[in-house]
Amino acid sequence: MALLAFVITISLMLVVVIVVVYAERKVAAFMQDRLGPTEAGPYGTLQPLLDVLKLLQKEDIIPAAADKKLFAVAPILIFAAVFAGFAVIPLSPTLVPAGVGIGVFYLLAIISLDVIGLLMAGWGSNNKYAMLGAMRSVAQIVSYEIPAGLALLSVVMICQSLDFQEISYQQGVLMNAFPGLEQEQNWLFGIRSLGFETTTVGGLTTWNIFRAPVLLVAFIVYFIASLAECNRAPFDIPEAESELVAGFHVEYSGFRFATFFLAEYAMMVLVCLVAVILFLGSWNTPLPNIGPIALANWTTGAPGGIASVVWGGFWLISKTLVLLFVQLWARWTYPRLRVDQLMHLCWKVLTPISIGLVLLAGLWRLLMI
Amino acid sequence: MSVVKHKVGFRDVVKSLVSGARLTLHHFLHADKRRKPVYISDESYFEQKEGLVTLTYPYEALPVPDKGRYRLHNEIDDCIVCDLCAKVCPVNCITIESVKATEDIGVTSDGTKKRLYAPTFDIDMAKCCYCGLCTTVCPTDCLTMTPVYDFPEVDIKNMVYHFTDLSPEQAQEKKQLLEKQQEEMAAAKAAALAARKQQG
Repeated sequence: MALLAFVITISLMLVVVIVVVYAERKVAAFMQDRLGPTEAGPYGTLQPLLDVLKLLQKEDIIPAAADKKLFAVAPILIFAAVFAGFAVIPLSPTLVPAGVGIGVFYLLAIISLDVIGLLMAGWGSNNKYAMLGAMRSVAQIVSYEIPAGLALLSVVMICQSLDFQEISYQQGVLMNAFPGLEQEQNWLFGIRSLGFETTTVGGLTTWNIFRAPVLLVAFIVYFIASLAECNRAPFDIPEAESELVAGFHVEYSGFRFATFFLAEYAMMVLVCLVAVILFLGSWNTPLPNIGPIALANWTTGAPGGIASVVWGGFWLISKTLVLLFVQLWARWTYPRLRVDQLMHLCWKVLTPISIGLVLLAGLWRLLMI
Repeated sequence: MSVVKHKVGFRDVVKSLVSGARLTLHHFLHADKRRKPVYISDESYFEQKEGLVTLTYPYEALPVPDKGRYRLHNEIDDCIVCDLCAKVCPVNCITIESVKATEDIGVTSDGTKKRLYAPTFDIDMAKCCYCGLCTTVCPTDCLTMTPVYDFPEVDIKNMVYHFTDLSPEQAQEKKQLLEKQQEEMAAAKAAALAARKQQG
């Protein structure tokens, strides 16, 4: 079972990463009025695969003055840290690789390991650009973990759980099917005194951002912070091509570089998955039950059945792809921030907002019971 | 003079972020339209303001102007080997060698009588500066510029275009014929001179 979960997760991750790499090039091209890849396969769809093949054939160069052990371990550590995060991601009502009760906490902890890998790569390369990139990267990721963590904390306070699967069940029509939640009820905007129960309505109305509208702000804070955490534009100072060549992985080539590349895109997918699970209804359908038209029930399936696995996977992946598109959209729209602007945004804007959100989320929870 | 106000408020920041995002989304949503490879005289040339601008070059290309100056071509059948082009060429990229014909070799398509063979008519396209002077001086209009502009070569020697229609053997034969004729004429002249001397 563990092996099966491993295989499913890694193949799913690879497929999504390949799709995102292809989408990145096409979206970038279309936003800049270009064509993007057109030659490799129909509409250039084989481009990412061929890129990987090219990388695998390249010479594996280790600089003579590099710290060879750190240099060799860094890409593996980074990828392992990101991939380990996928272990707690529920893919459907019944399919979750590791149903850990403290999933959110585990995820935040394991992703932080990433920082050590970045620093190892930057230091081990013995290159000033790599070192600068790694230091910027670490400073940025450590800073942005605070607003991101606080935004997740407000979700945890609303949901009263650290279990991704439990949080997922709370955001849909299947809520009462989860052991321990049989008596729970959902209210419109989470305000019980409005007297409008949405437990059986499901759909959009029970997503966390509607169940407790305060989480809509938390979602935006988390999304901005997550862009910074995976070194994406407009927060790509660690990799700033125009000033640092490529940041911490400037000395890497061939398979090792491919590992970094994979880890970076896997990280993008992971932060989007977390955003979807915690804010946008996880694997739940966006269509609500409206009276006799039980759209939510039809597009959910009975838990345990094949239909629920397929629908769950479909909704989760499609919502994630939408968020990933927003990430690409932001990258090809906004210019890079300066270091001081980056720190200003983190410490003087996002952190105070997210502290306020935690307080508000606590108060909102009182309205829900 | 108006002073541009530096906008830093939350509202202004959000406004500018949204307007930027709308701009790129607009381009993304119009990616189904594409620029067509039409000439500037086409009515739709300036109407294609939206959509992708890239042309997939080897498969589609913008047409070139009728009077554009690109690769030279010499129609050797119409060439009278007058050497004007080689003389006017500012970069000396045309090499011509001529051999007088011993017999009648016909006329060009515009009726000019041909009197010379061209054992060598080479144009070095790598040296050519595409000024078009040679085509203006050409009396029979056999040297023209074609719309072909894409002719890269791996070996630079291949950039020298040979336009002669004579094989080296044929060229040798024509040269020998000419020498023979000249010898005969010289002999005839000498004979005539000797005869006159005897008489006088």
